Amino acid sequence: MRFTTLLACLLVSQVILAELRGTGDLGLIIEREPAAVQIINTSTQKTLSHIADLGDLSHASVVYSRDARYAFIFGRDGGLSKIDLLKDKIDQRIIQAGNSIGGAISQDGKLIAVSNYTPGGVKIFSSETLDLIADIPAIYANNKRSKVVGLVDAPGQKFIFSLFDANEIWVVDLNAVTKPKIQKFTNIGKQPYDALLSPDGRYYIAGLFADNGLALLDLWSPEKGVKRILPNYGKQDEKLPVYKMPHLEGWAAAGNLMFIPAIGQHEVLVIEQSTWQLIKRIPVLGQPVFVMARPDGRQVWVNFAFPDNSHLQIIDVKDLSIEKHLQPGKAVLHMEFTPRGEHVWVSARDDNHVLVYDTQNFKELARLPAKKPSGIFFSNRAHKMGL
Amino acid sequence: MRFSLLCLTLLCSFAVVAEEPSQDRQAELKNLLKHDCGSCHGLTLKGGLGPSLLATDLHNKSAEFLIATIQNGRKDTAMPPWKTFLSIDETRWLVQHLKNSP
Ligand code: HEC
Repeated sequence: MRFTTLLACLLVSQVILAELRGTGDLGLIIEREPAAVQIINTSTQKTLSHIADLGDLSHASVVYSRDARYAFIFGRDGGLSKIDLLKDKIDQRIIQAGNSIGGAISQDGKLIAVSNYTPGGVKIFSSETLDLIADIPAIYANNKRSKVVGLVDAPGQKFIFSLFDANEIWVVDLNAVTKPKIQKFTNIGKQPYDALLSPDGRYYIAGLFADNGLALLDLWSPEKGVKRILPNYGKQDEKLPVYKMPHLEGWAAAGNLMFIPAIGQHEVLVIEQSTWQLIKRIPVLGQPVFVMARPDGRQVWVNFAFPDNSHLQIIDVKDLSIEKHLQPGKAVLHMEFTPRGEHVWVSARDDNHVLVYDTQNFKELARLPAKKPSGIFFSNRAHKMGL
Repeated sequence: MRFSLLCLTLLCSFAVVAEEPSQDRQAELKNLLKHDCGSCHGLTLKGGLGPSLLATDLHNKSAEFLIATIQNGRKDTAMPPWKTFLSIDETRWLVQHLKNSP
């Protein structure tokens, strides 16, 4: 008995030794068209492996287990795939709905929530087994189901999301896992299309497609309800047609400022966080999609919707002006900063590559081939709220 | 089925005769459909924020109606107008492509 255990240990340790690695500098690149992902290393700037057969990965997003070993991929076709970063393979994969849009992992790391378009609602799974734990249909009015957007995790073992068709925000408390407690906020504004959580987990803000301003929920004072901020923003301006919904992700906060994409406008909005007043509209060259702050908050990187999607502009937060203009390739879909922000990885879908830039001097450091790359997600997301 | 498909192809070739987009442009249009329309309608066009654009879901809607939707968008919905980027002929080609895709 002893002997065989020893033998087994020896064998196992040899296998492990061969590929011993940490996961703190790993990440995934979504390859949309082949429905695959690349596992990459942000220190060596190399691709470690390719994993295929992941279904429809348009609009796919990723969260990480708290040990940063596993990545959970939410696919458009309702697929939920758990990837083992150490073994370079799919650990588990289920199809949990017909059409899904995003997901989140709970504060304690035990629950995975997925937001679905059809059937509209949120499903909660065990992060260990992917077993279904709770099903929360987004029912409103007379038994209609709404598409769900803007799903985030929040402190207190909560998930928060918005109902696109119902104009509601729901806060779900999962302390009692099988009996979710739901608090609903109604009439929050027309057609919330995405939302974000402040890095401290206090504020939930939803963008409104068919209404002026943004819907703000202060989670420290939920009894005060949802209030509208920037209610007059965009009223007098003719809205341009929107070719791609902006993403509200990554609270670009520097000191007291928050940066968000103006929907239907060629502008980034700068909001002062203590008063929720608009302090500046920064003109940019197209309709912004992602407006993301470098982790230290000194720069804000902006990409654009069709037809201006071959460009990036970088805002210097010190004087709120455009500092740099880059053209990384055709159809720039996403960017991701290394954990401390010295580099940024940028995907150019129609040029089939991912570029790595130095954020100090904007030099191109590496160029990785990728097939129709879209989202890029690094494992340091494992320890961030609200992503 | 075969027969109606043939009819359709014939019809559409009548309508467009000289105006079929070039092979290169067709490839561009397919890429646009997949990725830029796909960002709302899903990469496989099964639906997302916008409804499904699969042939089975479009067959009882007239080509003219769909062409108008794509050209002008739909007011008060998230469907934007594409006429700045797509000519009527290109849009007609796209609609036929959608209706004929299995
Ligand atoms: C920003 C999101 C968005 C984009 C991008 C988009 N659509 Fe749409 N589309 C919609 C929405 C939302 C509707 C439903 C409108 C309604 O409620 O009537 C729609 C409706 C349609 C319809 C009518 C379907 C029906 O059953 O009546 C067609 C056809 C269509 N879109 C084609 C396209 C094509 C082709 C493209 C790309 C060139 C495209 N759409 C890009 C959001 C979008």
